[in-house]
Amino acid sequence: MIVRIFSDGQYRVPADVHERLHELDNETLSAVDAGDEAAFKSTYAELIELIHANGERLADDDLVPSDLMLPPADISLEEARSEFTGEGLLPD
Amino acid sequence: MPGLTGRMSTIVKAKVSKVLDRAEDPAETLDYSYTKQLELLQNVKKGIADVVTSKKRLQLQEAQMQQQIVKLDTQARQALAANREDLARMALERKQGVQTELQGLDTQIGELEDQQQKLIESESAMRSKLEAFRTKKEVIKAQYSAAEAQVRISEAATGVGEQMADVGLAMQRALDKTENMKARASAVGELEASGTFEDLTQLGPGKDDIDRQLEAIGAGGAVDDELAKMKAEIGSGAPAQGALEAPAADGAAPAAEPVEGEGEAASQ
Repeated sequence: MIVRIFSDGQYRVPADVHERLHELDNETLSAVDAGDEAAFKSTYAELIELIHANGERLADDDLVPSDLMLPPADISLEEARSEFTGEGLLPD
Repeated sequence: MPGLTGRMSTIVKAKVSKVLDRAEDPAETLDYSYTKQLELLQNVKKGIADVVTSKKRLQLQEAQMQQQIVKLDTQARQALAANREDLARMALERKQGVQTELQGLDTQIGELEDQQQKLIESESAMRSKLEAFRTKKEVIKAQYSAAEAQVRISEAATGVGEQMADVGLAMQRALDKTENMKARASAVGELEASGTFEDLTQLGPGKDDIDRQLEAIGAGGAVDDELAKMKAEIGSGAPAQGALEAPAADGAAPAAEPVEGEGEAASQ
């Protein structure tokens, strides 16, 4: 699976970490929805770390589309919320 | 796909395909996204320049705050030397306030620097992808049938489109941060101008109430000094008059007394 971390790069992540990745992903989203800043920061940092530790970084000139996209590692809870509530950060 | 990454992916993919769907055939897709990407790169360059300018302005403000801290520290020492602990305390309290502001500013400048760095990296990755995209398009055209070429080119275009969204977000965040800091900087500037940091006075710029009170102490001290000096002069004039009446030989001895007496009076 190809994962893109925004403001970072694309990583090829082996199948055996997919399950853990999805767990952390859901935990992060729960923290966003609950507005729990501390839980959000620690869970999201763990998710990024999982990809960095297990993934293989693709070259900058690789043109493969990503299966999964992650907001930048230093995103705040507030940004993560606005990202998904219409007032998105992503430009058209 | 649930989760935070699922939401993010859905939004990005929608945005990318919105861009790509505007073109109908592979060559057009390429031309269209290539033009869009070149436009974006120009914007990114401008964005980076904006961020750098704002950062410099904030660093200037940081330097001014540091000067203010030194000034308040000096004032506190002067006040203490003049036995005005109340004034010294006031100066130190303000120094604390400015220091807190300064720390906040410092953190923000650090964050802005990080985002600027990421923006530059995203832009560089974007250039690499764009270059690869241009080459790949020719290879695909030469090697594959029209139908397959279309699939492969839109795949490659999606890859570049993602990078476009990436650099776009990096730029947006850096600019948002810059705007926040500009707002903060002008708020602090207004506070200083309106005298919130100098709330006990209605003085013009450059001098605050601590300055004024220290000056008052200084002026008082100068008056006392001048007074003492004048008294000493008058005192030393007295024996000169006496010298006219008395013989020069014993005139020096009585002259010492009134000078000492004047000195005691001045110090009381």
